[in-house]
Amino acid sequence: MYSEKVMEHFRNPRNVGEIENPDGIGEVGNPVCGDMMTFYIKVDNGIITDVKFKTFGCGAAIAVSSMVSEMAKGRTIAEALKITNEQVAQELGGLPPHKLHCSNLGADALHAAIQDYLKKQEQKK
Amino acid sequence: MRHVYFDHANSTPLLPEACAAMLPFLNQEFGNPQSFHRLGETARKAINIAREQVASLIAALPGSIIFTASASESNNLAIKGLVLANRAKGNHIIVSTIEHHSVLEPVKGLRRLGFEFTLLGVDRYGQVDPRELSQAIRPDTILVSIMHANNEIGTIQPLKELIGVCHEKGVLIHSDGTAAVGRIPVNVTELELDAYSFSAQSFYGPKGAGALYLKPKTRILPLIEGGIQEQGRRAGTENVAAIVGMGKAAEICQSRLPAWAEQMQRLAERLYDELPKRVPRLVFNGHPTEHLPGVVSLCVEFVEGEALLLCLDDEGIAAASGSACTARTLKASHVLLAIGLDHALAQSSLLLSLGKDNTSDDVDYFLDRFPPIVERLRQLSPLYARHLKGEDPYAFKTGQGDDDKEN
Repeated sequence: MYSEKVMEHFRNPRNVGEIENPDGIGEVGNPVCGDMMTFYIKVDNGIITDVKFKTFGCGAAIAVSSMVSEMAKGRTIAEALKITNEQVAQELGGLPPHKLHCSNLGADALHAAIQDYLKKQEQKK
Repeated sequence: MRHVYFDHANSTPLLPEACAAMLPFLNQEFGNPQSFHRLGETARKAINIAREQVASLIAALPGSIIFTASASESNNLAIKGLVLANRAKGNHIIVSTIEHHSVLEPVKGLRRLGFEFTLLGVDRYGQVDPRELSQAIRPDTILVSIMHANNEIGTIQPLKELIGVCHEKGVLIHSDGTAAVGRIPVNVTELELDAYSFSAQSFYGPKGAGALYLKPKTRILPLIEGGIQEQGRRAGTENVAAIVGMGKAAEICQSRLPAWAEQMQRLAERLYDELPKRVPRLVFNGHPTEHLPGVVSLCVEFVEGEALLLCLDDEGIAAASGSACTARTLKASHVLLAIGLDHALAQSSLLLSLGKDNTSDDVDYFLDRFPPIVERLRQLSPLYARHLKGEDPYAFKTGQGDDDKEN
């Protein structure tokens, strides 16, 4: 049902965990749709130097989280904000149609973490 | 890799004897049972024997069996056929909240024809209270449909009492026996049921073969018209091979069921005993005693069901889950929600349904492979992280997706 690439990321997810004193935290999902993701980012000079995540969800949700974390690492904030859920699905070699909506929240979680970081920067000023 | 099949609730392997009995009817014995020649006669006789075998399995008369293509078709035929044949008597139907979709959807669909229905809730074990049924029956109630046992949680209904209530009030009662047949003995005559659905794939028969028991002299309207097959109650040339396979499987099941059930239950008991010792935070579903042998329904807290199934499949273990992610509709199992589980817990469901061929080695293998899988997925889970920190695991900001209020 899943592509080889999805299964590979599901079996060996990258960047799993939490960051102590992160610069931004993003959470998306709820138990009704079944997937919940928490993203942590470390930002240095406008560049995302570290990304970690924890995900409760199906195979697609875990693979998506892993893929987004790889795509975001080393990117500038501006670049990372341009990553879309569609791009993530494409990078994974596609997702089953019925999973595109529910499990494909990785970019949203990443963006939520970036927004959290930007809000904290704003508060520091 | 070792292969362990714990998904008998979804399908069972075909008995070799049933397969052998079917083969001639897929080859040289291709006659239409309604034809007037030797080939037709052979097929007709084979169906008659199968009808006796299938009837015997549930202690019914052969003439009370209508062959269908599946339990879903049997459920549709029972609901629509009985309701439409009794329209003059009333327009109200009662079903439980944990029925299979092939009962729930026809009932909902009948609203378009002016029928009304009541959904009867269940307790936390999944049982319908006979007193509540009694209160729900109205003067215009014409049919009650309550499943014999539930495939997802293994709970067996107090069917005798529920049937008693229906007879007292003069209302027809149908029961979906799909999960029960092949796991517990069934006697529809003693139960005094009006209609009973089941299918061959629950008891090691082929797919494409189901049956509806209908108490003699019960009126029903057919879903498929235009043929004299099944006494005009189900038109269309009979699926002879599948029916023959169902008959053979029924015959074997009847004689071996006590031994199968004992073995399945012994293995299930070991899972019930050992799993909590090896994996913390498991919640077991279903009734503690009124329970199908060999069915283990549980929730693995903080871990999602589909992810569990994928990991188990990587180890050669086939199981099932009521998680929304495993359903094409993306909705969590209505059965798990009906017994009061919240959505997060329903997402964590795992269903292990054992069968006659499972061994204690299968159980040992599962007990060996399961704990590290749960541990790995919990390490990934933000819910588990919160739990370890003593926080509320489910206090999540909802960034996307609104609560599904539709019910």
